[in-house]
Order: sequence, then C-alpha cells, then structure tokens
Amino acid sequence: MPETAAAETLAVHISVKVNGKSYSRGVEPRMLLVEFLREACDLTGTHVGCDTSYCGACTVLMNGLAVKSCTIFAVQADGSEITTVEGLEKEGKVHPIQKAFGDAYGLQCGYCTPGLMLSAHQLLAENREPNEKEIRQAIAGNTCRCTGYMNIFKAIELAARNMRGA
Amino acid sequence: MYPRSFHYHRASSLDEAVTMLGQLGGSAKVLAGGQSLIPLLKLRFANPEHLVDLNFIPATSYIRAEEAALHFGALRFGAMTRHAEIERSAMARTIPLLHDCAAGIADVQVRNRGTIGGSLAEADPSGDWANALITLDTTVHCLGSGGARSLSLQDFITDAYTTALAPNELVTEVEVKIPPKGSGGAYVAFKRSAPVYPSASAAVQLTMADDVCQDAAIALGCVGLTAIRATEAEAALRGKILNADASGNDKTIATAAEAARAAADPQSDMRGSAEYKRQLVVALVKRAIQIAVRRARGEHVEGVHLYA
Repeated sequence: MPETAAAETLAVHISVKVNGKSYSRGVEPRMLLVEFLREACDLTGTHVGCDTSYCGACTVLMNGLAVKSCTIFAVQADGSEITTVEGLEKEGKVHPIQKAFGDAYGLQCGYCTPGLMLSAHQLLAENREPNEKEIRQAIAGNTCRCTGYMNIFKAIELAARNMRGA
Repeated sequence: MYPRSFHYHRASSLDEAVTMLGQLGGSAKVLAGGQSLIPLLKLRFANPEHLVDLNFIPATSYIRAEEAALHFGALRFGAMTRHAEIERSAMARTIPLLHDCAAGIADVQVRNRGTIGGSLAEADPSGDWANALITLDTTVHCLGSGGARSLSLQDFITDAYTTALAPNELVTEVEVKIPPKGSGGAYVAFKRSAPVYPSASAAVQLTMADDVCQDAAIALGCVGLTAIRATEAEAALRGKILNADASGNDKTIATAAEAARAAADPQSDMRGSAEYKRQLVVALVKRAIQIAVRRARGEHVEGVHLYA
C-alpha cells in the first residue's frame, strides 16, 4: 500500500442509484455525498447549509431513510438508492408533500425546503397520521430561519391528510 | 468543506477490518456511522491517512435477546446497530432507559446513521450511550489481532475520548443485562436543540421492593471527562422509601439530587456555565428518579429529552 499518493490514485469507483437512475463514477474517498449529488450528478436541489451536520438542508433519503448528505462520504452510498428533491416529482406531477408545502405556505426563502420535504417523506412513509409532536420530532433535525415552523407543521399535516385521501 | 485526502478501505468482515487496521498502523481510523467522525475530519481536527469502513460488513447490525439461567437474560446489540433501529425496537423497550437514550440522540437523520458501537468507541464525554449504559450491567465485546475479549463498560472507557481498545481492535457487540423485576430506569438529557449534544444528562436505574429502594445507579453525563457515577446520590436512596408523586417534593429524592450536584464536575462552555450545568444536574436527576420509580412500579411513562 502506498504511503502517499496523488488524489487520482485514491479514486474509488462507485455506482449509486439516484432517483431511479444509475450513476457510475470514480470519486475521491473524501468526496461527500452532497457534493457527489450536486457536482457529479448535476442535481443541485440538495442544498449545503451549515456543512457541519446541524441544519439538515442537505437531507436526502438513503434507502428510504433521511440522512444528512454532508455527513456521509459518496463511497459509502455505493450500491444504495438515493432520493433527492428532484425525485419526488413523478410523471410531471409534484408529490403531495411538495404541493402541500406550496398550498400551506410552508416556506419563505426555500433554502431548507428540499431537506424538510425529505424528512417529512420518511415520517409519512412510517406514520400516515402523525400528530403535532411526532411532526416536530421528525423535523427536529431541519433548521428553518424564515418561517418559525408553524406553516411547515401545517404543510406536513396537510400532506398527510391528502395522502390518506381524507 | 473537505477532509484531508485519505485512502479508503472497505472491510467485508470484522476479521478483515482487524487485519487492515494491523497492516495500516496508527494512521488509520475506523469509520462506523461517521456522525461524529466525519464532522471532525471536515474540520481537520482528525487527519487519518486511512479509513477502514465497517458499513459494508454484513450481520453487524442486530438486536437479540438471550435467555440465561443465572440472571434475567441480556440484550445483545451488534456494534453497527443504528440508534434508530434501537429506537424502533420493541425488544429494546423492555429496558425503558435504552429507548429513552436511543430516541433522544441528536435528530432523525443522525439516528439513522450513528451506531451504538461507534458511540462507545468514540467515548465523547457528551455522548449519550456511555452515560445511559453505565447504570446497567454492560459488557463491551471486542475483537483484535489477539482474538476476542470482553470488558465491562466501566473498564472500557478510561478517559475522555479514550478507551481500552488497542489500535487494531474493534467493538463487535454491546451486551446489556436485563435488570431484575421491580427495577426501573430513565435517561433524561437537556439539549438546546435537537442536533446538538446535551448540556447535561442523567441516567438512573433503581431496583425497588414496594416503595423501598433496594439498589440505585445514577450517572451524570456531559459534566466530567467521562460519565460520572454519583455514588453518594445512590447511597442517599438505598434503603429509603421513595415517593415519586407529581408534587416532586420527596425529601429523599431532593437529597440525592443535591448529592449529584456535588458529584458533577462541569466546565463552562457554549452549552452553559458550570454553575448552570450543576443546577441542571439537580433537576435532571430529580426527574429521572421520579420516572424510574414509576416505571419500577410498572407504570408506563414516556421518557422525553428536554429542550431549551
């Protein structure tokens, strides 16, 4: 094993399915998943906020579970399925969570919104009828500096209602 | 932010990970859930030349119950079991303190990645698992070049960020003995917001016979270099009648909480002044004892972390 090596000799080949599409790339091990999504896959809907694992702006789904993509290396996502905000829309129709964030004014500047919608996605996949406490716990890892959260709670409640067909 | 360049090694078995660590020497680090390590790498507080990734090793994430003749059995957690898996586990709920701890660590995203083995091996004085598990009979199973060995959690964590692990040794499993009947526990942490470490935390496990406390274990987190056992607070409860009704005026519980204040050795930092944290310890210990007493009686009490 070499003691030191230039970046290119470190490259690791990975294959990741993002929003149903396979991406095979050689990546430096230190490349973060969020940079892989933004720079290697050109999916810039996933945002870098604090870059310290606090704010949750970079939240994506990894095999269905919400994770902070600034705190996972791209090499660790090898073989996994990632869903970003771009993957929520199906056949030209926005996802009920996306629609509810619009209808309930669950955003202002929108920077945190993709992450919040993916945290909401995990919640609603596990719990069709969450109460307010459960919604608060589910998005406790997502910081919003504009809204004061009240319309975000309403948006997630609305999405849950619409997804139940109630 | 990018960490310094490193070589990436994906282990396919625990034995292979140990071999890799042996070959790579002191410039290698183990990557488990990465929820503490990756931020440290990005800030370049840690600059390993090699990372050995445990995430692709099969069968290292599990929760098993074990029957035993000599005690009430044990729960065994694979080292790579994520906090979220423990949070969701009905089996882990049989020891309510474990569920309190798992469900309150950071936020959903971190709990989906972070592991129980990684938390213990990091030995961060602000980490939740070490403080919660020190009040139970916990054994850490390890694997190194010399084979497997088992250490009590007390012997495993030796100082802040320091464990008894050799450089090429890994945690493979965490074993927690199920407390006897009539025992109840609680883990309560106080955090300024979900993603941050607690300002202080208290873990309490009591064994009661009717209303009399037979045995007590009380540990304080984030207020010392390692979790602190508040032995005088424990002694203040043993043999005493504990009244954990809603008034919160039980004198014995108040005495124990004051003894815990004296045992705490906090530093002032961005999470609060030393004096503030001591005051916090009193409140958290009181609350954890009250929940523990009620759980020991068989009551169902939801444990919650507290936020500023």
